[in-house]
Amino acid sequence: MSAEIATRMPEAPAREPSRKTRRVKVEPGYDLKGSDVLVRTLLELGVETIFGIPGGAIIDLCDVTGRYPELNWILTKHEQGAVHAADGYARVTGKVGVVLVTSGPGATNSVTGIATAFMDSSPVVVLTGQVPLRMIGNEAFQEVDTIGITRPITKHGFLLKSAGEVADTLRKAFYIARAGRPGPVVVDMPKDVLADRTDYEPGEEIVVRGYKPKIFGHAHQISRAAERISRAKRPVLYIGGGVQKPEAAELVRRLAIDNNIPVTSTLMGLGAFPTDHPLWLGMLGMHGTWAANMAMQHADLIIAIGARFDDRVTGRLEEFAPNAEIVHIDIDSSVIGKNVPVDVPIVGDAYHVLVDLVPLVQPADHKEWLEEIAEWQRKHPLRYRREPGVVKPQYVVEQLSEVTDGDAIMVTDVGQHQMWVAQYYRFKHPKSIVTSGGLGTMGFGVPAAMGATVAQKESEHARPVVAVVGDGGFQMTFAEIITAAAYNLPVKVFVINNGYLGMVRQWQQLFYSCRYVKTALYGANPDFAKVAEAFGARGLVISKPEEVRPVIEEAMKVDDGPVVVDVRVRADENVFPMVPAGAALHEMIEEESCGE
Amino acid sequence: MAQHTISVLVEQTFDALPRIAGLFSGRGYQIDSISVGEAEEPGMARMTIVTHGDEKIIEQINKQLNKIVDVVKVTDLTEEPFVERELALVKVSATQSTRNEIMQIVNIFRAKIIDISPKTLTVECTGGHAKVQAIISMLRPFGIREIARTGRVALKREFRGET
Ligand SMILES: Cc1ncc(C[n+]2csc(CCOP(=O)(O)OP(=O)(O)O)c2C)c(N)n1
Ligand SMILES: [Mg+2]
Repeated sequence: MSAEIATRMPEAPAREPSRKTRRVKVEPGYDLKGSDVLVRTLLELGVETIFGIPGGAIIDLCDVTGRYPELNWILTKHEQGAVHAADGYARVTGKVGVVLVTSGPGATNSVTGIATAFMDSSPVVVLTGQVPLRMIGNEAFQEVDTIGITRPITKHGFLLKSAGEVADTLRKAFYIARAGRPGPVVVDMPKDVLADRTDYEPGEEIVVRGYKPKIFGHAHQISRAAERISRAKRPVLYIGGGVQKPEAAELVRRLAIDNNIPVTSTLMGLGAFPTDHPLWLGMLGMHGTWAANMAMQHADLIIAIGARFDDRVTGRLEEFAPNAEIVHIDIDSSVIGKNVPVDVPIVGDAYHVLVDLVPLVQPADHKEWLEEIAEWQRKHPLRYRREPGVVKPQYVVEQLSEVTDGDAIMVTDVGQHQMWVAQYYRFKHPKSIVTSGGLGTMGFGVPAAMGATVAQKESEHARPVVAVVGDGGFQMTFAEIITAAAYNLPVKVFVINNGYLGMVRQWQQLFYSCRYVKTALYGANPDFAKVAEAFGARGLVISKPEEVRPVIEEAMKVDDGPVVVDVRVRADENVFPMVPAGAALHEMIEEESCGE
Repeated sequence: MAQHTISVLVEQTFDALPRIAGLFSGRGYQIDSISVGEAEEPGMARMTIVTHGDEKIIEQINKQLNKIVDVVKVTDLTEEPFVERELALVKVSATQSTRNEIMQIVNIFRAKIIDISPKTLTVECTGGHAKVQAIISMLRPFGIREIARTGRVALKREFRGET
């Protein structure tokens, strides 16, 4: 096995094979507007689509884009939608998502989107208009300190000071957005800089002196990790969003399968390991499976890869995995040892570290450990009660899984439905879940799914994109259905309509004696199918269990535009198991009650 | 909670200083002193940050500083011998009768008088943090009107036999 890995994964490729970037040859040009240079540089960097809304500060740039039909600009309804769309696009392609917005309100409307991308390490470049350089600081019309506002939620921010630096700044911005732990970068563009004249020379990718992430792991630490893994009796692989690159996911599979190591993942890591494999434990954490959480608590070794021991994952820290040694592999050294003490820290890119690590591990069968786990799985499977005549949200996700055969890109909003997708969708491939894990941004689902759908249109291997959203979150950004309709984007949106801000209602039920303050939506919800029709989309309704399958099938067939399915589910269904906030991972509750 | 002196080599961009300051305020880290000025290389600045916190916090500070794009190098000087200096300008009330006494203190500390008026003396004092603290507390009884301090600057010590 080790020899095979060694021969199959020789030299580290300069770029990961997963990245498919269109390289177009852009002609040099002399005495061009800054705007023109900017568009040429975008094309040079392989940008096919941008998302955004024009305005006074970028009207000149807007005009220039009209002369470059090879740049596809999706005009969204709201800047938040534009950033989420670019984010969704970036997550499924690995390419940089690009946003173009105007100054002032255009920039502030982008903030939620930028913070969402930041928390989930998504490479997005946001180009913001700005008032002319000489007016900055004057409280000019539509002036805000964009760099200042976005500083804590970006990897970096640039303010363009002259037309001559436009091209190199963009090249740097793209490099920073993608390198190491990816994340958003803002480029603030004063109006006069975009109008000034300069030359454009096609360029190379640029080196940023202060930002050279460590790609290869430390050899000594890697051999220590291999030793620990080889001698562990109760190992668990705990993976996160950092292994969503297909080539990294492939090596995680090798590591697990060749050495009989059970695997759990965070919400962000779903799909990196196939959920139909016997070594799959399910997601861990607050709404993780019994087996996954118990495995963490009883493990003697946790191998964390591309995950960051977030509080939703660890439960009460003092009682987290009390007997486990921890090997932690991450590209971002600052997450290693931040929440839990780590025995073997390895800073590096998951793929490159695994290339070195996998061949060093001595296989074992871990028979007793796997039996113990199987017992947990037998006694405490994921389950929900079926009730005649009632549409259960879990059943809807199961059916989505069957109809799409686990091949869809699943985009979610935030709430109970998000957890049901995580629990019940049978993920098979990496880069299949697009969800706001870190910031938990309601309203993310529809625009992110739209961005992911745009990416499918550009791809040779298009996959269906399914958004599962709540009735609450849907209404935060559902105007982007109009955008999807305008561009004939076949997004499939399933609104899990429980008539409540369900996740909050669940907490009220469990921890606030069923006092449902400000969480009821029923009565005031619009007819979502009619809304869809009014927005130029197809509108469908599911209100009985027997309609679930045929309507999903009907929706999946729509390929010329968006479809919205109003799925009227049981109102008071809860997500279980659940680790209450502040409890330890093994203190899961599986039953409903009205507690305080 | 030990004090740490961290030296940061950083590109002189408009956003470097606020990013570094924002890192400390946003994550609740302490700044005991911060000073910045041009470094040996054009376009680069060296920042000396004195901070305190437990081991975990100091480790995070070092790692988070390293993640800032404009930051080229982070050195926690506390882990090795280093020299540090601070400059203070102290405007102290002085009368006919106290002037001599103040000048004696200034001499003992090898400080300098850089401004004089009928009612005040302005003292320039350079030295380690303790020395600057000491002269300030010696001057305090005379009535301190204003103090301006630079914050500490520090460099790694090269020759270990020397003071
Ligand atoms: C922008 C934003 N506002 C508020 C919240 C807090 N919040 C988390 S889940 C939730 C309820 C979501 O309701 P819905 O969209 O109907 O989904 P459900 O939980 O019912 O599936 C709320 C309000 C949030 N996460 N994001
Ligand atoms: Mg709801």
